[in-house]
Amino acid sequence: MDVIIESLPQYWDGFLRTLFLAVVSGIFALIFGTLLAAARVSPIAALRGFSMAYVEVVRNTPLTIAFFFAAVVLPRLGVTFQQFEVAAIIALSAYTSAFIAEAVRSGVNSVPVGQAEAARSIGMKFSQVLSLIILPQAVRTVIPPLINILIALVKNSSVAGAFYVLELFGYGKQLANDHGDAVMWVLVGVAFFYLLITVPLGYLANVVERKVAIAR
Amino acid sequence: MMAFLTRRKSLLVAASAALALSLSACGGSSSTTNPPVAEKPSFAADSTMAKLSSAGKITIGTKFDQPLFGQKGLDGKPVGFDVEIGKLIAAKLGISADKIEWVETVSANREQFIKQGKVDIIVATYTINDKRKTEVDFAGPYYEAGQALMVNKDNNSIKKPEDVKGKNVCSVTGSTPASTIVEKYGAVLVPAATYSACLEPLRNKQVEAITTDNVILAGFVNKEPEAFKLASDETFTKEPYGIGLKKDDKVFRGWINDQLEAFDKDGSYKKAWEATAGAVIKTAPKLPAINRY
Repeated sequence: MDVIIESLPQYWDGFLRTLFLAVVSGIFALIFGTLLAAARVSPIAALRGFSMAYVEVVRNTPLTIAFFFAAVVLPRLGVTFQQFEVAAIIALSAYTSAFIAEAVRSGVNSVPVGQAEAARSIGMKFSQVLSLIILPQAVRTVIPPLINILIALVKNSSVAGAFYVLELFGYGKQLANDHGDAVMWVLVGVAFFYLLITVPLGYLANVVERKVAIAR
Repeated sequence: MMAFLTRRKSLLVAASAALALSLSACGGSSSTTNPPVAEKPSFAADSTMAKLSSAGKITIGTKFDQPLFGQKGLDGKPVGFDVEIGKLIAAKLGISADKIEWVETVSANREQFIKQGKVDIIVATYTINDKRKTEVDFAGPYYEAGQALMVNKDNNSIKKPEDVKGKNVCSVTGSTPASTIVEKYGAVLVPAATYSACLEPLRNKQVEAITTDNVILAGFVNKEPEAFKLASDETFTKEPYGIGLKKDDKVFRGWINDQLEAFDKDGSYKKAWEATAGAVIKTAPKLPAINRY
C-alpha cells in the first residue's frame, strides 16, 4: 500500500500522459471517424470504397500493429519525430477512428430516410443534408456507444507503454521492477488511476444520454 | 507439372541454403564449451545442491536477446558467457548441459521468477544491488561490467555521459542504467521493453544513444559494426553481475561462490570467456572479489 503513496509523483506523471494521449487521440479520432462515416454514406463511390476498406482493415487488425507501424515503420520511411507520443497519438487515433466511423454510420442509418428526402426536396446539398439534418440526429443516438469507444481508447492507450512512451502503464512496469516486493499494489495503483478517467467518462455517458433522450 | 515442382523445390533448397549461410555468418562469433560433468557429487542432505543433483536437472534463467552473454539461436539453445557459467555450475552438480532447462528472464521479471520458483538460479547480466538483495540472494559477482553509451557510427558529438543531457536516450524500463542516465546525467528516457527494441529508434535517429552495460552494447556493435559504435571505451558505473537465487539459501549461495573461485583457478572461467564474449572484448576479465554476506 505504501508503495502507491510513495510513488504518487510517478503515478501522477503517468496519469497526465495517459490523459493527454486519450484526450488528443480522442479528438482526432472523433473528427477523422466522423469524416470516414460521412465518406461511407456519400454519393461518391471512390470515397465510399476508401472508407469501407480503411474501416475493414484497421478494425480487424490488432492495435499493436498500428503502433508498430506508427513507431517503427513510419520512421523508417523518413517520418521521424523526437517525441514518441506522436506515434502513440497517430496509432490510437487511426485505430479508434475506424470504430467511431462504424458507430456514427449506424447512427446515420437509424435516421429515417424521409429526413434526408425532405431535406433534399427543399434544395439542400449533400453536405448540408449531412451536417444540418442527419448527423445531429445520428450522433445523439450513438452517444452511448461513442463513449464506450472512448473508454476503450483510454485503456488501449496502455499499449503505448510498450512503444517507448512513459505513460501510466509504462510507469507501472517501471515501478513493478523497482518494487519487486509489492507488484500487486503497484498494479492496483495503476488500475485506480485508469478508473479515475474511465468511471467519470461512463458517468458522463449516462448524463448525456438522459439529456439527449429528452431532446428527442 | 513435374518441371514446376522441381523448380520450386530447387528454389526452396537455394533459399534454405542461403538462410543457413547467413545464420552461420552471424552466429559465428560465439561458440560453446562442454564442461566435464561431475560424477555423483555428494552434498549435505536437504541442501538445494542435493535436491538439484538428485533430480538430475536444473532450470536456469538467462536472457535470450543478449549477444555474447545469453542469446537464443534458431536451434533453440542459448549461447553466451552467462550460459557458460550456468553450464559450469550445473556440471558441478552432476547435471549435463542437455539436462538444463533454459528459461527466458528479462529485467522486469527476474525477482518474481526466483520467488515463484520458476527458475533455480538466474545468470542473466543481473546487477547486484541492495534493493534486489531484499528480494533475492546473489552469489558472485562473477563479472564486473560498467555502463556505457552506444551511438550511431556517424555520431561524434557524444563522448561522455554528460553529453546526453536533455537528449533522448533509450534504455529498458526499470533497469539500473535507465535510472542512472536520468537521475545523474539528466537525459530524457525513452523506455523500451528489451534492449533490442532500442535499436530501431537509434537507427532512425529518434534517440541519440542507447545506454546499458558495456558488454551488452558490445554485443550489438559486434553484430552491426557498420551501423553502431561505443561512444567511448570508458564506463561510468560499476555493475557487478551476480547469480540470482532464492533468498536466504545461504548454503547454496556459499557453494556457488566456492565454485566460481574454483572455475577461476582451474581456468574454466577464462575458457568460458574466450569462447563467448572474448570474441569482442579482447581483454579477459579477472574474477572480481566474491562478496560473501
